[in-house]
Amino acid sequence: MRRFRIIPTLLIDSAAGLVKTVKFGNRTYVGDPINAVRIFNEKGADELILLDIDATREGREPNYALIEDVASEAFMPVGYGGGISRPAQIQRLLRCGLEKVVLSTAAHENPELVRETARQSGAQSVVVCIDVKRGMFGPSLVTGSKGKIKLSPEQAARRAVEAGAGEIIVQSVDRDGTFRGYDVPLLASIARSVAVPVIALGGARDLDDFHAAVADAGCSAVAAGSMFVFHGAARGVLISYPSESELEGLYKRLAA
Amino acid sequence: MLTIVDYGTGNLRSVQNMLRSLGVAARITSARAEIATASALILPGVGHFDFGMRSLKQLDLRGVLDEMALEKKVPLLGICLGAQLLTRGSDEGTEPGLGWIAADTRRFDEARLDVSLRVPHMGWADTEFRASSGLFAGAAPRPRFYYVHSYHIVADEETDELCHAVHGYRFVAGIERGNIAGVQFHPEKSHRFGKQLLDNFARTHGLARGER
Repeated sequence: MRRFRIIPTLLIDSAAGLVKTVKFGNRTYVGDPINAVRIFNEKGADELILLDIDATREGREPNYALIEDVASEAFMPVGYGGGISRPAQIQRLLRCGLEKVVLSTAAHENPELVRETARQSGAQSVVVCIDVKRGMFGPSLVTGSKGKIKLSPEQAARRAVEAGAGEIIVQSVDRDGTFRGYDVPLLASIARSVAVPVIALGGARDLDDFHAAVADAGCSAVAAGSMFVFHGAARGVLISYPSESELEGLYKRLAA
Repeated sequence: MLTIVDYGTGNLRSVQNMLRSLGVAARITSARAEIATASALILPGVGHFDFGMRSLKQLDLRGVLDEMALEKKVPLLGICLGAQLLTRGSDEGTEPGLGWIAADTRRFDEARLDVSLRVPHMGWADTEFRASSGLFAGAAPRPRFYYVHSYHIVADEETDELCHAVHGYRFVAGIERGNIAGVQFHPEKSHRFGKQLLDNFARTHGLARGER
């Protein structure tokens, strides 16, 4: 049975709280990150991604103490992104016990950082995140960079992979927190452009979306935030993860 | 006490935390005196083969480890790089390994991998195991473990092979001879599957809950 990874994505803020956004704005506080990690341990999540959504904007260092606590608590691999711009930070983060770092703005501004990390720590430790917004002229790359980076999402993905990225996360800003499903055409276009695993992020509502990302878009793994932290129409905070039998059903459907 | 050998290769707390969740107390140390009184040893580690062997040398741990593993026959489990260090040496470097098990560490043969497969091998893999090993007692038929590696072990004797996984081709994912074992995957990052293996390691070596 072919399996694919299903990855809860946890967002943390300056106060080291767990938050969830809608379209990158409108934050809801959803709890304590360490508590969330323990719940995902119990549920047997394949992997976790932890993103500090304030660090880069505030020009602040990653919260190493919290990251080390998360990596120590997690009985699964953990990737971290946010506030990373220098090789020394990456080496320190990997020593905290992370399996991977997730680079976004810094990777697009400076592909050399990706190259250096891949050379020092291996391609498996570098994930590049492509944030994409759809506008009048189609999908475009979004970064926190002050200068304009004139690359299409596909070009940005290809450039990251050429520099040594081991995986690409494609995140749809427009669908973040909306439960409208993944942007399948966007994912398919990027998955066709690169030979490394592509991870879908932004918009997942249910297992059908996971199926579409893999079967229709050619993604190797799926990630989601809101789907794993909210429950029901009222969006009550309840951390969840698909059960083993739900997953087996999903994988069998994929094989059919 | 179950003792996790710290030789400067990363965060070992997840191994300790997983043991703690099983009710097994373990200490992390690079002190010879503490290693010399361990009831069982875990040799973890990620990173370069030569870096690992040189760190053991610099910390002057080689003698006490040889004594514990070979003379006192204290149960020892190597994890990832720690498993590779049990072999005679690696394609990754030039330093001789501990050489406790007749095996070598080889780079993945990319000529035998499909173009879609990459090195390092990274991710979850179903793992077949030798049913007679206590380390896999009560395990699911094909437990899955998390792997991150570019090199794998090749054993001289099939009887020393503990488990296998497939990445392009079937490779040795663990070795075991007597009191010495090593696994290529990360039990501490393989939730319930890894917990079971660490629990088996602690239990089969008689480390009572509470004391252990």
